[in-house]
Amino acid sequence: MSPNQVALSYLAASVLFILALKGLSNPLTARRGNRFGIAGMTLAVLTTLAITQRIDLTIGALALGGIVGWIVAKRVQMTQMPELVAAMHSLVGLAAVLIAIAVVNNPSAFSVPDPIPAGNRVELFIGTFVGAMTFSGSVIAFGKLAGLGKVSRLFSSAPVVFKGQHIVNLVLAITMFGFGIAFFFAAPGTHWPPFIVMTTIAFVLGVLIIIPIGGADMPVVISMLNSYSGWAASGIGFSLNNPLLIVAGSLVGSSGAILSYIMCKAMNRSFFSVILGGFGSAEGATSAETQQKTVKSGSPDDVAFLLGNAESVIIIPGYGLAVARAQHAVKEMAHKLAAKGVNVRYAIHPVAGRMPGHMNVLLAEAEVPYDQVQEMEDINGDFGSTDIAFVLGANDVVNPLAEEKGSPIYGMPILEAHKARTVIVNKRSMASGYAGIDNPLFYMDRTMMVFGDAKKVVEDIVKAIE
Amino acid sequence: MHGVAVDPIVTNLMVFVLAIFVGYHVVWNVTPALHTPLMSVTNAISSVIVVGAILAAGPGPLDRGAILGAIAVALVAINTFGGFLVTERMLEMFKKKDQKGQR
Repeated sequence: MSPNQVALSYLAASVLFILALKGLSNPLTARRGNRFGIAGMTLAVLTTLAITQRIDLTIGALALGGIVGWIVAKRVQMTQMPELVAAMHSLVGLAAVLIAIAVVNNPSAFSVPDPIPAGNRVELFIGTFVGAMTFSGSVIAFGKLAGLGKVSRLFSSAPVVFKGQHIVNLVLAITMFGFGIAFFFAAPGTHWPPFIVMTTIAFVLGVLIIIPIGGADMPVVISMLNSYSGWAASGIGFSLNNPLLIVAGSLVGSSGAILSYIMCKAMNRSFFSVILGGFGSAEGATSAETQQKTVKSGSPDDVAFLLGNAESVIIIPGYGLAVARAQHAVKEMAHKLAAKGVNVRYAIHPVAGRMPGHMNVLLAEAEVPYDQVQEMEDINGDFGSTDIAFVLGANDVVNPLAEEKGSPIYGMPILEAHKARTVIVNKRSMASGYAGIDNPLFYMDRTMMVFGDAKKVVEDIVKAIE
Repeated sequence: MHGVAVDPIVTNLMVFVLAIFVGYHVVWNVTPALHTPLMSVTNAISSVIVVGAILAAGPGPLDRGAILGAIAVALVAINTFGGFLVTERMLEMFKKKDQKGQR
């Protein structure tokens, strides 16, 4: 293949990737979009295979990785999607580092002049440190999401903070840039030591910037690492003068950045405060006033009676529902209610679940039709005219304190469950949510609490609905 | 400008900036319900870095660079295949109410 033909087929692959993202604007066109993505990737890989000499080695490696990927994709549970995505980010980061090492080792293999030109050295430096930070940061994120806190404290889902943390990070970052500059000015043949030190520091930094970020902020972390993995690919694309990598990397980078922004906004937190971490250290703590206030609690039978006599019900699922794997039971409950003529809908807060859109996937898995599932902005106006808001395993996202000045979560957009005529809340206990604050919703006169595991409670309700 | 070729870095920068603009506009149109599939498909797309890995593995002799390249190919191939497949699996689950009967 001539270089021009290669460039043109890379262009075609870039367009196919853009079409893949475009397809996701609607569930109806999404699958076609995914096929465009597959076509683009196939084209890119075949084109590159046509200009390489060691097809045997490459095909072998592709097949090996492909089989692993296939098995993982078929077996993964939908509740484990955040872990899977974090693991995949780490692979892209690690690959970026390996490729960068290969470039430093033998630039001519990539048609990069030897010694490496100044511009490419800068790009190589950027691609390498972003890749290294993506790798180690994603490994930590994976550990936190997979609940490996017992294996190592680094993986604890609570923020890991120590004194002088930010200073340490800053000093390390400056040192890393110092060695990056040393790499830039290194005479041919002496570039390995600064390159290795710089990469090592980047690996350490990746760990340090993710450990202080706590459980509730995981949707931001995972979006941020998504973005990093794209920028790493872009950086490598720059160093190899490969436009396809640059385009695909920037698409992914901007997508992750937008998702991080949406998640921060949904929690009313600035990106910086999330990055600096330490939020939610009081996780699971029960506020002192809780004991003095009284709550009304009811049994699943009571709930079944209320639901059966309602005209409209909005179900608000939270992560507690996913943990209890209650989504199928909930779907059955909604089905039975619909058969009795009750209008059942679902309201999804942007940060319900542990990654953007997680709850929608869990409900889709339980075969809840997506047109019954509504976003916060679309459904918030309807709570006032709704008979029952049924909160399942959610807490902070329905906390009316968000509307009161001076509360720690003031300004966070919430689902206005408290406006419904009756509120039913299922929780395991009175423990507070990630934000560590009490929720006045639970003490309202119109609120009935049902304690217990979400799955068990909902199954009992299903039995009690005739 | 005659006789002086544009530095590849400048060309790359042009591609980079334009692609960010395209990405920005396309991604804002993605429906929030599909944010998880968006993330898994972008994961698959970022595995296009496999192109760089194949080049690293490919120059011919089985030296240090080629072995690193082959390892990178195997690692990223997990994303390439896994990413698109798991996205497909998720998207298959998104169904409208009236479509349920005709599966």
